[in-house]
Amino acid sequence: MWLIVDDSRVIRGIARGILENLGFATTEAEDGKQALAACVQHMPDAVLLDWNMPVMNGIEFLRQLRAMPSGKDPKVFFCTTENDMTRIVEALETGADEFIMKPFDAEILTSKLALQGLA
Amino acid sequence: MRDDVFSFLANLLREKSGLALPRDKEYLLESRLTPVARKHSHETIDTLCQAMRGGRNLTLENDVIEAMTTNESFFFRDTSTFQVFRANLLPALVAARAAAKRLRIWFAACSSGQEPYSVAMILEEERAKLAGWTVEMLGTDISKEMVQRAREGLYTHFEAQRGLPIQLLAKYFTKEDQGWRIKPPLRERIKFQTFNLLENFSAFGNFDIIFCRNVLIYFALNTKRDILDRMSRLVPSDGALFLGGAETVIGVTEKFLPHPGHAGIFVPAQAAPALDRAVGQ
Repeated sequence: MWLIVDDSRVIRGIARGILENLGFATTEAEDGKQALAACVQHMPDAVLLDWNMPVMNGIEFLRQLRAMPSGKDPKVFFCTTENDMTRIVEALETGADEFIMKPFDAEILTSKLALQGLA
Repeated sequence: MRDDVFSFLANLLREKSGLALPRDKEYLLESRLTPVARKHSHETIDTLCQAMRGGRNLTLENDVIEAMTTNESFFFRDTSTFQVFRANLLPALVAARAAAKRLRIWFAACSSGQEPYSVAMILEEERAKLAGWTVEMLGTDISKEMVQRAREGLYTHFEAQRGLPIQLLAKYFTKEDQGWRIKPPLRERIKFQTFNLLENFSAFGNFDIIFCRNVLIYFALNTKRDILDRMSRLVPSDGALFLGGAETVIGVTEKFLPHPGHAGIFVPAQAAPALDRAVGQ
């Protein structure tokens, strides 16, 4: 099960389409707080995570996720317009497994999944 | 397209670059050569061909060949190939070359450089095992434009993300306005030059490994055989040839043998038993 976390309905729809085409089940959240609540209910296998969101941003969500019981299990893929090296390093140091810079396409997402043994 | 125009172009491509162009690929000529014709102020591909007939217009010929060359490439293409290289082949070669401490690798169709840089990143990650070693990497391609791109090591937003783990992007690239550039120490490890595989490459010397992936599929059988036979003379018995995942030597040459279970990896025919040891079978 993938948890797609993005405040843009359009981006969530694109990501859902790509992931479901690859055979994955998906669920969605609009911000970090909603995503944490979803993780408490059911820890996903992987998270596709925006950085800039209202209420709780992606990096704060990731910090709190990794501190949860079983929170180290999901693969976390940032998927964001942030593309400075400092942001990438911050994401990796906080526990992200991959980092996708928007705009992205199915090829990029699929190749990143393959790198993590998910496709 | 008239038969004589198609035949002229097909002959030119086969003789100058080895590319085999069946008649059902006529659409490729139309789509790729129309911009070349316009660039050289020709209204049609017919008049472009007239300009090439009879005379030695090398600039035009080169532009036609470059336009017809497929340059699809991305980092760590066919991930398992690079895993086998890193986990099996490289340690075996490091053990076998412990005295000489020298490795030579040729990327015979390097396109815009993603394949050699993928290997260079692996070698950098394994640098502790290669301290004091001389590793020579040569990247060649028929396309001058691709070789220039490879030398520059600058990749677009999309190219830099396709197949490349973010950890390696963070480690070996710097961000620029136009995209992501390979850092100088890695770029300087590889010598890039234009080269046509139809020409004699024995002067390059021997190579422990040759990567020649996803290029021979575009060549006629005789051309493939000739190139592979000549490559077999450069690869020592414990070396290897990497072809594309869907390519094979079966029915083409007996100078290399495929390794069972490792699609796209081949060894000199006389060395088949050694391969099993090298890949840990």
